Amino acid sequence: MSEVLFFIAGIGAVCGAVGVVMVRNPFYAVLALVFHLLSLAALFLLLQAQFVAAAQVVVYAGAVMVLYVFVVAYVGAAEPPRLRAPVGRGQRAAALLFALALFVELAIAVLGSSLKALDSGGPTVEANFGSPAQIGDLLLTKFLLPFEVASFLLLIAAVGAVVLARRRGGIGEEVEPVAAADYALPPGVGTMREGVGGPSSREPFELGVGGGEPTREGGEGGW
Amino acid sequence: MNVNWYLMVSALVFAIGAAGVLTRRNPLVVLLCLELMLNAANIALIAFARMWGNAEGQIFAIIVMVVAACEVCIGLGLVVAIFRRRLPIDVDEIRELHG
Repeated sequence: MSEVLFFIAGIGAVCGAVGVVMVRNPFYAVLALVFHLLSLAALFLLLQAQFVAAAQVVVYAGAVMVLYVFVVAYVGAAEPPRLRAPVGRGQRAAALLFALALFVELAIAVLGSSLKALDSGGPTVEANFGSPAQIGDLLLTKFLLPFEVASFLLLIAAVGAVVLARRRGGIGEEVEPVAAADYALPPGVGTMREGVGGPSSREPFELGVGGGEPTREGGEGGW
Repeated sequence: MNVNWYLMVSALVFAIGAAGVLTRRNPLVVLLCLELMLNAANIALIAFARMWGNAEGQIFAIIVMVVAACEVCIGLGLVVAIFRRRLPIDVDEIRELHG
């Protein structure tokens, strides 16, 4: 049974990886990666890493991939035609050759090692191996320092992403001032407020669209 | 299943990811291929953890996932910043990242 599951999940993982590399549209590449990650979670379950498998599905296939999809949708999935110019044929051949050499080297390193335990399925472990209880116990006792460092790393990454992606006026990039009147709709355009007999949307306290002061999102465009 | 098989899957996925990093030019896809390589390392870590019957390798895999999330965060922030400045989204064109 575990053999069958292993081969299904392993072939799924490899096919997903090939899909990420081969598919032209980045959106489909993200979907292929989600498939790959779900297959990997099945492999983790076969290796009795329940907590890591659950974290893989929830954090990776859930949250991180949603972030990818957001950015792909923001940047635009269709590659501009200039990007479709093929990577040089020599470069592609060299890359494939390099990847093949890397695989052969890794296979030799794994199969040629003198670790006898590689040919076994590992020792029998107790039932709570890889359970959240055991992982949490290890994270908060023996690996407390790496845990804290990882949390700091996440904090720094979050701050860094905000700093990198924020809107700023660079050289030659004039940010046009946006007047409040640009946001106000002309009267009688059928807003919800007018529909219920309220004053027209020239009022400063319009629902949603007609705010009195220009908000930051107003000038973004592209969303 | 023998641990060997898991390591073979790991090596295969790692090689595919490396080929993707070398051939693709869209930074989004390059980041996805980096994810592939990190995940290949994760399979190897968890396979070895199972081989020794020791859960410390799983802790290592979780830390790798955290680092991968940070890398995605920064990488996607860079992509958004490049897009905002209307620079070409092509890793060959943005060799100079200053400014």
